[in-house]
Amino acid sequence: MKVKVKYFAVCREMFNRDEEEMELPDGAVLMDVLKRLEREWPEIPEYYEVMQMSVNWEYATEQTELSDGDEVALIPPVTGGIDV
Amino acid sequence: MFKITNQPIAPEDVIHAVKAENAGAIVPFLGIVRDNTGGRKVSYLEYEAYPQMAEMKMGEIAREIFEKWGLDRVAMIHRIGRLKIGEISVAVAIAAPHRKDGFEACKYAMDRLKQIVPIWKREVWEDGGETWVKPDPVYFNQKTAT
Repeated sequence: MKVKVKYFAVCREMFNRDEEEMELPDGAVLMDVLKRLEREWPEIPEYYEVMQMSVNWEYATEQTELSDGDEVALIPPVTGGIDV
Repeated sequence: MFKITNQPIAPEDVIHAVKAENAGAIVPFLGIVRDNTGGRKVSYLEYEAYPQMAEMKMGEIAREIFEKWGLDRVAMIHRIGRLKIGEISVAVAIAAPHRKDGFEACKYAMDRLKQIVPIWKREVWEDGGETWVKPDPVYFNQKTAT
């Protein structure tokens, strides 16, 4: 399946893009998006506790299941703690 | 009226949006770009939003206000983009039959806005530094985000 991933604020700057399409295996959950991003940003697990995410404009948890065509967003918190 | 805009905010927009003949009180709130953060001189601010989700969450706050106080006339506008010191970043207005509920609901609206509406502010300081701020975030491990 394909989902759209959107990046805001410090995450947009970190990944240097606003959004992208991400191909994921069926049955994927939000945590799989974070795992994928870990390749680019190895420190991302340090922020799991403070990073909010949404699926289709609703806050979601790491275990929220994804479906084809979903819109996922990374919603970073106060960024004093995130070094970029 | 729940709106993210890149245009300057006119405070009367939210006031007119909530006016009603049975409302004896309208409580407006304006957020203004301040010239310092904890004493550090601010040069300008830049706001960014997730617009669809932000407008949806504003609507959700209005529904919460209806459930708590029975008030159904709520307006919120948040500006995005680069703002100068003294400009209005956010305007909220609530109409109520009586002022007490209006004041309480207006404070609640702003508190919730900072918690659940996805808007970020980049502070750029006069000394050249900068930081992204998302006020009062609700974290993954507090499952009350919605």
